[in-house]
Amino acid sequence: MRFSPAWARVISAPMWARRSETVINPFQPIGRVFLAFLGATGRLASFSFSAFSHCFRPPFYFRTIFSEMIEIGYYSLPVVGLTAVFAGMVLALQSYTGFARFSAEGAVANVVVLSITRELGPVLAGLMVAGRIGASMAAEIGTMRVTEQIDALTTLSTNPMKYLVAPRLIAGLLMFPLLVLVADVIGVFGGYMVAVHKLGFNAANYLQRTWDFLRAEDVNSGLVKAAVFGIIVTLMGCYHGYNSKGGAEGVGAATTNAVVSSCILILSFDYVLTEMFFSK
Amino acid sequence: MTGTTPKIKLRNVHKAFGEKVVLDGVDLDVGVGESVVIIGGSGTGKSVTLKCILGLLHPDQGSVEVDGESVVGISQRRRDRINRKFGMLFQGAALFDSLPVWENVTFGLLAEKRCTRSDAEEIAVIKLGMVGLGPDVAHLYPAELSGGMQKRVGLARAIASDPEIIFFDEPTTGLDPIMADVINDLIVKITREVGATALSITHDMVSAKKIAHRIAMLYDGKIIWAGRTESIDGSGNEYVDQFINGRAEGPIKMAVRA
Repeated sequence: MRFSPAWARVISAPMWARRSETVINPFQPIGRVFLAFLGATGRLASFSFSAFSHCFRPPFYFRTIFSEMIEIGYYSLPVVGLTAVFAGMVLALQSYTGFARFSAEGAVANVVVLSITRELGPVLAGLMVAGRIGASMAAEIGTMRVTEQIDALTTLSTNPMKYLVAPRLIAGLLMFPLLVLVADVIGVFGGYMVAVHKLGFNAANYLQRTWDFLRAEDVNSGLVKAAVFGIIVTLMGCYHGYNSKGGAEGVGAATTNAVVSSCILILSFDYVLTEMFFSK
Repeated sequence: MTGTTPKIKLRNVHKAFGEKVVLDGVDLDVGVGESVVIIGGSGTGKSVTLKCILGLLHPDQGSVEVDGESVVGISQRRRDRINRKFGMLFQGAALFDSLPVWENVTFGLLAEKRCTRSDAEEIAVIKLGMVGLGPDVAHLYPAELSGGMQKRVGLARAIASDPEIIFFDEPTTGLDPIMADVINDLIVKITREVGATALSITHDMVSAKKIAHRIAMLYDGKIIWAGRTESIDGSGNEYVDQFINGRAEGPIKMAVRA
């Protein structure tokens, strides 16, 4: 992406700002932040477009896609599993004490399964994997950037967007829904454990209520969310890593930005997607 | 050189980052089979010049020609084809640390499907032999190698696809004087063996005098002097004199702040 020099100058210091350098202009910082925001949005949009288009054009690096799928899917299982089991347990406990106030303890099974599949499964798994995968992607690609390995790829007839970014996006898109499916099962199991062994529910009864209440739509919406979060996490990891500069400090900043931006985007997209699925 | 098309031809190349002008009209010819070294202080735009030729950066103005073909603003497909003529040794070797040495060396060949993965190892061992490394190195990872060995592997990777033009970005920086001389010898030997054109950038005068047929000095975004290596000591240019003799006093003022 190239700016003409004139446009680049506008971004760095608007003309009216230079004319009144001695006078403190209250609009100056606002304008600077706004222009920086527009610039960043534009860069991200152009990066995303290029990344997606490379997902569909050969050559495909199946070896890299496979190893990234293992990294994202298999090695995240412990983190996601632990998060899900505790989320399910806490949920059962909290909803039980809450519903006991108006004698609706029976609804615990319904609340647990709905909350886990629709909301907590995708969001908690997304946030945990953002910390794990987003950070490591940003650090790895960022280090490759500052040690000129990305330039080296270009000189060796390899497009870095295709070789580094596209396989990670594809792997994220495919593996996040699977991870969330596992998280759903483990989360519901966590709720079941607490309900049956601590709160004294009848095991068969609890499972029956869980199963009766669950609709395909609840799980599917969670899986769609997961796929979107998978794209967000891998895209943010790659984008911040790819554009990092200035040695170790730059890579550190890229890692932080990747995790923070994917977490914020996950939570905001969660709202948007929920609105799309369930507001009728 | 007269009458033939130069291998690389730069005319009036300009490049600025924001308001900072780095290249301010660079003109340079590199003839076929010639070894040209660009010297100049840190931050004078040597690397930027290389990156403009490689297509990693786009010049704001001016023309870059490879084999008489303009390479500014060309399509990705044509750029890929041009880049197949290039090999590059990066300053920090820039080896891929997730891949073993043999895969690093043959990365370009594998990417261009000029060899299969089963042949790649054999080819890598041959290329490693050319830079004086034994076959046992092939299965190590870059992190297990010393700086000098990484440079050699980088060199093996740069020559693996038999490039017509090889770029060397500060080939001796960060090496001890003996290893630096080994690398210089390798560069001279290999460019002669594969008959490649070489364009190097360095601020190491010993290295420059050893590997160059011609030397060009970049200062303030322009080539201020260019001539045969033998003639550099009597260049009569006070900037060049100050640089090759490494004097703090002279017309070149080092910017303390960027």
